[in-house]
Amino acid sequence: MQILDSAWLIPVIPLVSAGVLALAGRRLKEPIAGWVATVAVGASFVLSFGQLIALVGRPPEARTFVRTLYEWIPAGGFRVPVSYRIDPLSVVMILLITGVGALIHLYAIGYMKGDRDFTRFFFYLNLFVGSMLVLVLADNYLLLFVGWELVGACSYLLIGFWYQSSPNATAAKKAFVVNRVGDFGFVVGLMLIFSVVGSLDYGAVFSIAPSVMTAAMATAVCLCLLVGATGKSAQIPLYVWLPDAMAGPTPVSALIHAATMVTAGVYMIARSFVLWDLSPTAQGITVAIGIITALVAAVIAIGQFNIKKVLAYSTVSQLGYMIAGVGVGGAGYAAGIFHLLAHGFFKALLFLCAGSVIVGMHHEEDMRKMGGLRTKMPITFITYTIGFLALDGIFPFAGYFSKDGILAALFEHGTWWSQVAWALGLVGAFLTATYMARQWFMVFFGKPRWDEDVHPHESPWLMTVPLIVLAIPSTLFGTAGLPGFNQLHRWLEPVFGVAGGEPELLNATTFALLLTSLVVAGSGLVVGWAIWYRATADQRATLAGRLGGVVPFVRNKLYVDEAYAATFERPGYRLTAVLGDEMDQRGIDWLVMGTGAAFKRAGAWFSKGQNGLIRAYAAVMGAGALVFVVYVLARGVSR
Amino acid sequence: MSEAIPGGFPLLSILIFLPVFGALAVAFVPKGRGDVARALGTAISASTLGLAVWLLIHFENGVGAMQFVEAHEWIPSLGVGYRLGVDGISVFLVALTTLMFPLALVASGHVTKRVKHYTIFMLLLEATVLGVFLANDLFLFFVFWEAMLVPMYFLIGYWGSAGRVRAAVKFFIFTAAGSAFLLAAIIGAGVIAGGDFSYAGIFGHDYTLWAQRLLFWAFTISFLVKVPTFPLHTWLPDAHTEAPTAGSVILAALLLKMGTYGLIRFSLPLFPRAAVEAVPVLLTLSVIGIIYAALVAIRQKDFKRLVAYTSVSHLGFITLGIFAITTTGLTGGVAQMINHGLTTGALFFLVGMLYERRHTRLIDDYGGIRRQVPILGGVFLFVVFASAGLPGLNGFIGEMLTLFGTIVVHRWWAITAAIGVILAAIYLLWMYQRLFLGPLDKPENEKMRDMTATDLVVLVPLMILMLVLGIYPKPMLERIEPSVHEVVVAVEAGTAGTDQAYVEPEQTSPSNPVAVVEAAEHAEAEQHAKEAAAESGGHAESGGHGDSAGSGSGHTEGGR
Repeated sequence: MQILDSAWLIPVIPLVSAGVLALAGRRLKEPIAGWVATVAVGASFVLSFGQLIALVGRPPEARTFVRTLYEWIPAGGFRVPVSYRIDPLSVVMILLITGVGALIHLYAIGYMKGDRDFTRFFFYLNLFVGSMLVLVLADNYLLLFVGWELVGACSYLLIGFWYQSSPNATAAKKAFVVNRVGDFGFVVGLMLIFSVVGSLDYGAVFSIAPSVMTAAMATAVCLCLLVGATGKSAQIPLYVWLPDAMAGPTPVSALIHAATMVTAGVYMIARSFVLWDLSPTAQGITVAIGIITALVAAVIAIGQFNIKKVLAYSTVSQLGYMIAGVGVGGAGYAAGIFHLLAHGFFKALLFLCAGSVIVGMHHEEDMRKMGGLRTKMPITFITYTIGFLALDGIFPFAGYFSKDGILAALFEHGTWWSQVAWALGLVGAFLTATYMARQWFMVFFGKPRWDEDVHPHESPWLMTVPLIVLAIPSTLFGTAGLPGFNQLHRWLEPVFGVAGGEPELLNATTFALLLTSLVVAGSGLVVGWAIWYRATADQRATLAGRLGGVVPFVRNKLYVDEAYAATFERPGYRLTAVLGDEMDQRGIDWLVMGTGAAFKRAGAWFSKGQNGLIRAYAAVMGAGALVFVVYVLARGVSR
Repeated sequence: MSEAIPGGFPLLSILIFLPVFGALAVAFVPKGRGDVARALGTAISASTLGLAVWLLIHFENGVGAMQFVEAHEWIPSLGVGYRLGVDGISVFLVALTTLMFPLALVASGHVTKRVKHYTIFMLLLEATVLGVFLANDLFLFFVFWEAMLVPMYFLIGYWGSAGRVRAAVKFFIFTAAGSAFLLAAIIGAGVIAGGDFSYAGIFGHDYTLWAQRLLFWAFTISFLVKVPTFPLHTWLPDAHTEAPTAGSVILAALLLKMGTYGLIRFSLPLFPRAAVEAVPVLLTLSVIGIIYAALVAIRQKDFKRLVAYTSVSHLGFITLGIFAITTTGLTGGVAQMINHGLTTGALFFLVGMLYERRHTRLIDDYGGIRRQVPILGGVFLFVVFASAGLPGLNGFIGEMLTLFGTIVVHRWWAITAAIGVILAAIYLLWMYQRLFLGPLDKPENEKMRDMTATDLVVLVPLMILMLVLGIYPKPMLERIEPSVHEVVVAVEAGTAGTDQAYVEPEQTSPSNPVAVVEAAEHAEAEQHAKEAAAESGGHAESGGHGDSAGSGSGHTEGGR
């Protein structure tokens, strides 16, 4: 199996390319640096495709391939190898990462044109792709954590790419620190796994954990890992970094903050499905977090005016669906991954379209200054529309089937809480259709509201080609998971096994569910159309007036950032002030030095002198040494 | 008088005395030729690095005992000898010492007053630090330990910045007070053991529990001051702030490690019952130190103070790993000593470079300078990430090992300590942001010079090591492990059958059944792969590899 043996190259190629770009620096001129980076990711894509073919050629039960490259950390009983796992789950992930990644690299060559740090940008971008590939290919939790942390670091570097603006730097730090809060939970989860199982290898953990983990321990482990997932996948309560992360260049938002990195938490839960299956409590909490996040983020999205912020909250919301999907278990694991892949395509598409609009509008991001762009940017408009319909869940676009898979898994789980979650999920779907319709109409329809000196134009081919390519899976990918003919579900079955449940059949219930979703999404669209296209500005103002305080509440993102600042940030800073300014130098130092001074006074009393501290010490030391020498000599003589 | 030297060649003695003779040679450099003195000193310390590399190459892997042993009688009636040796615990500290001194001398170009004396003190300091790590005898250890104070005192007190004298005195008082405990303890231990001061004699003596308690705490307090462990850390920020760059580097990278080294070498194996009893106290102090120092660091306005507090926090992880008394934790502790030496050493070099350029330590005097000094900004960020424990770089390995080595025996301490992971990101990235990011709004910073070739000569080797030790730490870890495992075994043996009886849990012990089975499987898989590759002559497409596709089933058998 030569092709499977070469899988280690998939992350290594972009990492090596990143190293080359880092060392070359500005000596490698634009656009060559961009092409080097793009080709590297493209090569990884080709290799990833080779892995897919190799796996297809094997019988389903032999589609897991594990290879150890070398022993990484041997320390007592804690032994961690660098090893990778090619299986149906990791293969679809690497295809998404390298495929979408390569397209976004290509797009970025156009988008970043003329930036003084062009090479540095592609260095970071390649480093990110390599790290993300490490994350999904790892065969043990510690190596997964390596990728997990490195993508966080890349995210930090890229959000703060234009570091000379202070808000960007602050947003970058916020992203990293909030992620670290999640990582704290994740590390504790790993430590607990190790303390119970004695290993972090997937194979060992999944085979041993069911027999040695108590239900309480399984719950604790899953909840700790879930904390990690809420950080990386931007869920309540740690989602606050993602909207701010839009400070980064738009290709970054598309690649990292929509299609790949933020799905790491979903992937991790799906990967750890054996553990989640051990704890119904953790499953319930995971679903609750996911679906509440889906709802809250959708509400906030309605009130945003920044074109990227709307998409950011939309991403948070869609990640909530995925988390709920993998949280409910059973058929939900495959459904969550299905939505992850579909969302990867259409959300990357939407962000790239937004980037195209932003470039066309001379770096204007406020939707209130757009409008009527459909004639000026036809390719962007058409591809955006496809992404928009896919996200809304309109038949037959990708998001229709993938989101419905999650809702169906929730409904068919059969517990009261999962059906409540299903109902809330429908409300979320309605809101999704509404806020996306609002954005679509605000940007592309109505009267132009541009500033006078802005002349919108369609973007160059480097940017439009990726849009067109991404529009294809955004339209067609749904066929991979048609109810009753769910190929993706079947493909993932060797991973999730019987736990994955029978692929749903096309019966009356599923048909009713499909229809319900469609009706809900359709009515959301209609509402969006009615308010942001049909209604006049005056009517909208009247509506806002009737809603009263709700409107500013939503526009200000429910004041969550302010609440966090008041409860954690400011008291925390005050604590550091108290500790740093008072406690350490006046309290502890005084105490320790005071004890010393007391000894000195005692010493001074003994020596009846007015010595300085040093001299007193020297005297004591000298006396001690003298005693010692005398003792030594005495012993020596007596022998 | 002296017995034959096992191994024949007194490599360790040469390591220690080369810098001493070097210092003598430097003393003969004519007045006013500071450049010659520094060049000579650099050459001498670089040649110790060469010797240390030779030592590393010939250091036998998989052996826990002392190697390159040299033993000469000194005061035979007391069992005091001139004994040197190196094992997995000390060999990398020796290498780190011989690496940091030449780099520190290279980076001392800004020192202009009394360069000759400065060089002499640096070389003497190197000799004493090496002596501490190589001494295999309590009395000899103490001699080097005390002798180290003198050159360090002068380096801070003469070549430091404005508040140097006060800081030097404080440094001296704290560590000398600690030494008083150490001396008393060594004498006490020897006297109780019937006048036998040799390491073997004290190790072999069966102390009563109360004697163990007294001696353990006397040894341990003197080491904790040096580490420094909360609440004995307040000398460190002052000393760091006022010391010259090289002094700060050596202090952080090496002198603090003398404390943690002493804990492993003496406190644990010599007085195991008292040690096991004291674990909760020491773990608590470690965890408080990790979090408390991190919180204090966030607040600092002076970057050298900030880095000093990060040291206290990081050293907390090391003492945590040590007092977990597990093979994993101790391996992590020793590895983290090296890692912290590299990263914090590098950080002090870097803030020293900033100081040289702008002559201010206040973070607020900088801001947005990355645009002006992009290379310095990139290197600084790399080191900051290493210090924050980013995986792929060295800090991650040690930090994780100390945590994973602790969780198995002391769950809540390990979990609380992990909070330090969050805080490290806050204080380091915030410092970085305030120094380098945002708009360049201070005109004084517009003329800053980027890194020079000399600066890169200092930093690049450290960065390479950070990367290599992050990606492939195995050569280091597998040399540390046998020696620290002996410490664990000594504690187990010394407490067996007593109220303090301690047995290492199997998860962290080298005999962890899951790990052993997996290692065998991996080895088997490797073997399969090699055989298959050999058989098929390069175009392997046989089903044979399917066996090595270790899906769940293979692990199941092994795990149960």
